[in-house]
Amino acid sequence: MGAENLIKLFKIRGGVHPDDRKQLSAGQAIEDLPLPPLLHIPLQQHIGAPAEPLVRRGELVKKGQRLARSQGAISAPVHAPTSGRIMGVGGYPAHHPSGLSVRTITLKPDGRDEWTDQLDPVYAPFSLAAEEIAQRVADAGIVGMGGATFPSAVKLNLRKRYALHTLVINGAECEPYLTCDDRLMREKPAKILDGVRLMARALGVDRILVAIENNKPQAQAAMGDAAKPYDEVDIVGLPTRYPMGSEKHLVQTLIGKETPARGLTADIGVVVHNVATAMAVHDALYLGRPLISRVMTVTGGAIRQPRNLHVPLGTPLSHLIDFCGGFKEEPAILISGGPMMGQPLPSTQVPAVKGSNALLALTAGESENSEEMPCIRCACCVQACPCGLVPLEMAANIRAGGLDNSVRLGLLDCIACGSCSYACPSHIPLVNYFNFAKGELAARQRSQHKQGETKRLAEARSERMEAIKRAKRKAMLKRKKEMEAKKRVQEETKTASESRVKAMPDTGVEA
Amino acid sequence: MIEEQPVAGPYTHARTSIGRTMGLVLLALLPATLYGLYLFGWPAIFLFGTTILAALIFEAGSLRLAGKRVRPFLLDGSALLTGWLLAMTLPPWAPWWIGVVGAFLAIVIGKQVFGGIGQNLFNPAMVARVALLISFPLEMTLFHAPVPLFSAQAPGFLDSLAITFGQSDQLDAVSSATTLDHLKTELGRGVALETASGGVGSLSQLTLGEASGSLGETSALLLLLGGLFLIHKRIITWHIPLAMLGSLALLATIFHLIDPQSYVGPLTHLLSGAAILGAFFIATDLVTSPVSIRGQLLFGAGVGLLVYAIRTWAGYPEGVAFAVMLMNACTPLIDHYLKPRIYGRDRKGEPLTYADEGGEV
Repeated sequence: MGAENLIKLFKIRGGVHPDDRKQLSAGQAIEDLPLPPLLHIPLQQHIGAPAEPLVRRGELVKKGQRLARSQGAISAPVHAPTSGRIMGVGGYPAHHPSGLSVRTITLKPDGRDEWTDQLDPVYAPFSLAAEEIAQRVADAGIVGMGGATFPSAVKLNLRKRYALHTLVINGAECEPYLTCDDRLMREKPAKILDGVRLMARALGVDRILVAIENNKPQAQAAMGDAAKPYDEVDIVGLPTRYPMGSEKHLVQTLIGKETPARGLTADIGVVVHNVATAMAVHDALYLGRPLISRVMTVTGGAIRQPRNLHVPLGTPLSHLIDFCGGFKEEPAILISGGPMMGQPLPSTQVPAVKGSNALLALTAGESENSEEMPCIRCACCVQACPCGLVPLEMAANIRAGGLDNSVRLGLLDCIACGSCSYACPSHIPLVNYFNFAKGELAARQRSQHKQGETKRLAEARSERMEAIKRAKRKAMLKRKKEMEAKKRVQEETKTASESRVKAMPDTGVEA
Repeated sequence: MIEEQPVAGPYTHARTSIGRTMGLVLLALLPATLYGLYLFGWPAIFLFGTTILAALIFEAGSLRLAGKRVRPFLLDGSALLTGWLLAMTLPPWAPWWIGVVGAFLAIVIGKQVFGGIGQNLFNPAMVARVALLISFPLEMTLFHAPVPLFSAQAPGFLDSLAITFGQSDQLDAVSSATTLDHLKTELGRGVALETASGGVGSLSQLTLGEASGSLGETSALLLLLGGLFLIHKRIITWHIPLAMLGSLALLATIFHLIDPQSYVGPLTHLLSGAAILGAFFIATDLVTSPVSIRGQLLFGAGVGLLVYAIRTWAGYPEGVAFAVMLMNACTPLIDHYLKPRIYGRDRKGEPLTYADEGGEV
């Protein structure tokens, strides 16, 4: 089983072994999803500032044309997934549990699927400078496609601030059910490796580790074959355990070092990128194509025919479900992403975005949701936590309103992997307590910041008013003094002349 | 199609529940229990049944008084387990009211007064056992030599009813001291260990359980098997049992080597009394033991130390219940000071720093 590792692996603490259920879709080759009647392309599909639209209602666009430009240091542009007419720029339900409306460009495909002539492929991308590679990745709108959606170019530019030595490619895919990265690695290993090596060049590192969990032997073999010509690339088999794909834990497994708390893996010289991101980097540089589609797994017990699909971004999820034969039974819940860290979907009308790796339709049996019971202090959560936290104590504090205490216990070191909730025999939604507390904390910090700002501005204003008053008083005083001085001078001259007049006869007499 | 109520993730769960945890513990206790019931006959069966029934009734009553839903909490098996464990630590021929009073002490005073399952500071079964031992020393220390069911000396069904529920003088006639009791008395009189050991069960008898003692404490072997089963099923970890038995055996070995005539050897300590039952089923009680590995090791070692000290130098021949309760009292303190190290931080909670390489440039 698994790849023969050339490097020694290190143990991480905690973790759980959920039933991976990957066999539902692992055998399905990636298929192109036909275009839907309408595409809804949100302006924010990444972490950071939303993109600024460049098109107007009624405009005709070509496939790959830039629809919105990135604004700010951390942002990403958005491109047209196909050719067609812009139907509007307005609000549409977000790919988010809230289902709130976000700014979205609606595009009606014209069916011709014509590429723009603005594409600028590079024939020898390895001759490009590091800055140039990162710039092209930024222009292509590439973000972390494992789900974090952090703009990839920002991560490629970390070489400017950190001494880096290793690029890790995360092919762990430790979430149950997900097979999109597995299929990509099986079907496009050479392209992925080209993307990976380009990223290594952009980062200026000469060591590449492609880490794949041992439950994907075909992907390991395919990547291993493709990597043979490259000495700098090692394919590493990982033990199958959740959350092996957590960036910091993956790096620890591979190089034996923990990322310092509140820090980045770059602090220990490592940058991690996802398999699908590497694929997108390949397309951006070799073909000049921006990120306008991605591979998604559509699976779960309620889906009639689970599949791996190549999906144009902005496709409503209902279109994916229809393509997979619809539901064979009423799903208990629809999830975007894996069952461990995925989010419930508010509706099937929301669009596929850059960070969506899967659509799960789980039956009631699969998503078993038992009644919550009191904590029996069994320490299952303590054993399961990969971060060395004591979830039961943190949750008890949060429940009692002790937010500060929970922070002291390590709330901000929690990676929200959900292993504690998974393991809890009392079915306490532990990770939800932590997510709630983090939200509360952020809200509190925001309001504190706002209060501080208000206070600062108010103080500045009264200071300014004081200054004006002082200046006025000073000016008045000055004027008064001047007036007085003038008066005095006048008086003096007056008295002087008077005295002269008075004195005149005397002097005249004396003279 | 989509649930109105937001459902908490993750959307997959380990096949665990409180009921399953308690059920596995009961399953692990079953062999030793059945053997104990067989060994001590009908009176033991009556006492066992009475204690468990009383525990369930007190649990249901308390839940109703507290305004909680009775069904889910009664069915989680925790009251059943408490009653079961308590019964196993009672002298097998004790009168019925010992079981009922014990169940009251365990469930009402030991558990529900603190707020029910998960809230109690002390192991409920041990609260009851200690309170009974102090309040009714006579009934709690009258042990009986094993008279297996259907054997010639075993009391009949009706006689047994009289032993448990009525007045009977049969008990006094055949009562027999436990191993620890006997050794304590004899060593206390200045008799050398070699001579004193003559009057008690051999090590093999202790292992198999053919010696007088509490209802379910006698067969060290069956209890050990049950305990290993729990470790295998990951209900408990090896840390508390090993630390407890290890520290008990270590102390016993040291003192036995220093003065073999006055200090009992390690094997007798491990195999007699409630040592094995305590190590695997009582000290490991999830609610009242520490949650971190280091905390559990300290806790277990503390119990072992106290058991040895009480058995050797204090007034009682057996000290597992006292030792566990004393360490239970330390659990919050242990949990406060001995936490796992947080990822990316040192033991003091400061972020890790690396001097050699990487880092911001």
